[in-house]
Order: sequence, then C-alpha cells, then structure tokens
Amino acid sequence: MHGLINSTIQRFARDAYGPALWEAAAEAAQLGFEEFEPMLSYDAEVTERILEALGEALALPREAVLEDIGTYLVSHQNSERVRRLLRFGGMSFVEFLHSLDELPDRARLAVDDLVLPRLELREHAADRFSLTVMTRMQGFGAVMLGVLRAMADDYGALVFLEYASGTQGVENIDIQIIETAFAAGRGFELGAPAG
Amino acid sequence: MNEIQPVKGPEAGLHTLEAILDRFCPMHLVLNESGHVIQAGPTLQKLRPGEELVGQRVLELFEVRRPHAITTMKALLTCAGTKLHLRFRGAPRTDLKGTLEPLPDGGAVVDLGFGISIIEAVRDYALVSSDFAATDLAMELLYLVEAKSAAMEASRKLNLRLQDAMIAAKEQAYTDGLTGLGNRRAMEHVLGRLLERGQPFALMQIDLDFFKAVNDTLGHAAGDHVLGEVARILTLQTREEDTIARIGGDEFVILFDGLTEEKALERTAQRIIDALEVPIPFGDELCRISASCGTVLSGEYKAPAAERMLEDADIALYASKNAGRAQHRFFRKEMRRDAAPSRVAEPARSGKQRRRSDQQL
Repeated sequence: MHGLINSTIQRFARDAYGPALWEAAAEAAQLGFEEFEPMLSYDAEVTERILEALGEALALPREAVLEDIGTYLVSHQNSERVRRLLRFGGMSFVEFLHSLDELPDRARLAVDDLVLPRLELREHAADRFSLTVMTRMQGFGAVMLGVLRAMADDYGALVFLEYASGTQGVENIDIQIIETAFAAGRGFELGAPAG
Repeated sequence: MNEIQPVKGPEAGLHTLEAILDRFCPMHLVLNESGHVIQAGPTLQKLRPGEELVGQRVLELFEVRRPHAITTMKALLTCAGTKLHLRFRGAPRTDLKGTLEPLPDGGAVVDLGFGISIIEAVRDYALVSSDFAATDLAMELLYLVEAKSAAMEASRKLNLRLQDAMIAAKEQAYTDGLTGLGNRRAMEHVLGRLLERGQPFALMQIDLDFFKAVNDTLGHAAGDHVLGEVARILTLQTREEDTIARIGGDEFVILFDGLTEEKALERTAQRIIDALEVPIPFGDELCRISASCGTVLSGEYKAPAAERMLEDADIALYASKNAGRAQHRFFRKEMRRDAAPSRVAEPARSGKQRRRSDQQL
C-alpha cells in the first residue's frame, strides 16, 4: 500500500481525534512505529491492521471510518492540497463528477507509483449518476462516498448519496443531485496560495 | 465567455467565425491593415480590465521581444509562422507567446497564450478554467504543478529525515558506546586524514595496567565505570584538536595533531599516567589502575603509513610494559629488532586484540 494512503489515515486520526488516539491505535495495530512515511511503501496488511485498530478505538464500523477519512480529505484545512487538486476537476459539481473517471490517471501523473482504484461514472439522467468503484481495496467506495459528500458541500450542491458496498471488488454509489447551487460553497482560485 | 448564437442570414458565416475564434482561441486578436485591434478574444480582454483593446495599435499594446526590432505592422506581418514573444507594455507586464497569420485584406489574426508565465498569470488575473479553451492544457499544467510540488515537498521531508538518520547512524558508527570516545573506525579515519594532509603528528597508544584485576575482583560494572573515568581523564589531559579513541577493551589511541615535540609529549604522557593512578571510587571500593604508553612520531618515517605507525606504537608500549608498566616510551628503531619475532611478523595490535577480546571486550 502506498505510504500516502497510510499517512492519510494517520493524519486523519491525529487531526480529527488528537495524537493520543493515534498513538494508541498505532500501538494496538503493532505498527512498531508511529509515523508512516508518505513516500514509502507498506504491506497492504499493515493498512488493514491500522484501520481495524482505529475502528475499535473509535467504536465505529470500518466503513464509517473510511467515509470519515474521505470527508477529512476534502474538508479539513490540513488537507487543503487534496481539495484543491480535486477542484481542478471542474467548475461545477457535475463537471467534477465527470472528471472522476480520470482521477486515477491524474493521481499517477503526480505520484507515479500511486495506484488508485478504477472509477466509472454513469449518467442515468441529468441529475442522476452512479459511480462504480472497482477495487481490491475493499471499502474504497466508502472513502469515495465521504469525498463526494464533502465535494458537494464544497461546490454548494445538494445531493443525495447511497452507497452499496458490493462484492468481488465492485462497489457502487448512487448520486442524485437535488440542487446544484444550494449553498455558496467554498471558493476556488486557480492560482495556488503562496506557500 | 461569448456563447455561439444561432445566426441566420448572409452574415452567418462571419459571425460564426468570430464566435469560433472566441471559443477556440480566447486570447486572439484580429488586426486591420494599419495594425489596430478590431477584435479581441474574451480572455485577452480580461487581462486589461477597464481598457478597451479594440481600437488600440497592437505595437503600442505590446512590446515585441522576439523577433527583434519589430516596430511596424509591415514588419510584424513578415513574422507569419514564427514564434512571437510579446510583453504587455502596461502593468502587469505579462509575457505572452503567440503566432500570427496574415489575412487577405492586409490585416492579421494573432493567437496568444501564456507559456510558462501561466503560473503567475492565473494569480495576477484571477483566471478560471472557463477562461481557457477546452483543449488547452493549462488546467492540466496547473494541476500538475500543484500536485508535483506537493509530492516534492513530501519527498524533501523524507530526505531530511533520512539525512538526520544517516548522520546519527554515522555518529554511532564512529562512537564507542561505552565511553563516548571515538572507536577504532573513527581513529583510522582521522589517522588516514592526518597522513593524507602530510602534516606532522604524534600517535600515542595507551594500555591500562591492572584493569583486568578491577574487572575480575569488582565486576564488569566497576570496569565500565573505570573506562568512563579514563575517557574523562584522557579528554581533560589533551587538547581539543587531539583525537582520542578506544580501540579495544582497555586500549586507547591519542592522535596529537601538529604536536611532535618529544618533551611536551613526554609531559602529557606522564600527566595521564599520574591522573590514572589516582584511585577511582566505585561504590565503597577504590579501583586502582595505571597505564603503559608508547608513542611514535610521523616525522620518523619517510612515508608514514597507518599500519606501520600503529605497530610501532604498540612495540613502544610493550617496551614500557616490559620495563615494569606505568611508564611511557617513544618508539626507537632498535625496539623493533628487540621485539620478539612473532610480534613483528604479525601486526601486533590485531594479535593483541584477539588475545584480549575474550576477557574484556
């Protein structure tokens, strides 16, 4: 598993619940260290262990933890970079949805050994979509659910999302757009803030 | 951005062309024969808010940086097909790249773009994605710049941490864990450097006397305590620029950088021996040790070599030991002849080290 993914889990735990919880989870998962290196690689099994430990520490099911991580990625100030990179996907929430197909390629463009699950958007009507997540990382759909929920807020869109954690590596999210300009949303300027 | 309106009638062709240019090349200019702007793309117009581009002379609007010496519309028309480098004359003086195609009526179409200046441009002009043609790679470029700098930063942080770890590991590799002095590797490293520099120096080998007795009667904890005290004494009795290393269980080497005067070295050796002979308290006990020393000077050799100098210092040290311990000797050539053949045949220090390793290391 790419260190970026593991270090995201770590940053989520720290930023959302404090360093003590992270240290306890790292110990419970018997990591043998407290810092994931974003630019190194880890066994997939390590990721599973830390997710399980976090779930236990928070008394939350695995999928709920994953969804919270997705939301964290977009809405927490310490992950502003990720939000910005996602916002490059389009001017509106619908444009953003259409950019999801190429998200794994975009990620690879930035970090060439970061392999994200294949995403496929289907448009059933102007306000109805479904996103298929094809992955061996079970539960990645839940992460995407959190990402979509937070991105809808970011664009100021009102959406209804339904997640089906399917089997055999295919997960699905139904997306119904109720209103595209429901709230003001957060701003996005192409010019990156200095620093 | 202008929308393409369905236009009917004979003018449709012209209107459509204008709209197509606006959409496909949102930073274009159409010039007339006299070099005045008669049409400007919406993004280009956005770069000069409060200033109507249409009606201005293109060469008053822009400085042509390349090709050089373009000051007339006529000259500009000769640049068809070559890459133009333009710069706004007014602030912000953004650099633009472009290409020009003459029109049959004596005018021209110029298409402009940001090139590498795009990073500042999006900031300076608060551009949004709809300011770029859909096929323009500007968005991908901006995305990539941001994504790559994030990745680079993560890598840079990792590199810094690895560098710290490397320095710590190196320090550890050169440090004797018990005494904090240098170890054999550190001594060999410094010795190599001294030899390379070719400056005179002295090498003193010190072997503790009666140390084994401390270990045997009072235990290893006492032995370790004594070694710590020895390290402290050696550091106190030498200069900052000297290198002190523990190269074996109770063997030390001091490299005196630039100090080769025999009298001074003799005094230093005697001070060290005197200081080491002061009983060292350990709990309720007193540990009594002394030291035998042997010193060799780099100036004694035509081409001093590390191995040979260590060997000779060891021979001098054994001359001290054989003369009754607790004393210091300089190496003399005749000592080599007097030394037992077996000691000289085999590098003395490694033989000695092996002999002692089972006891004290």
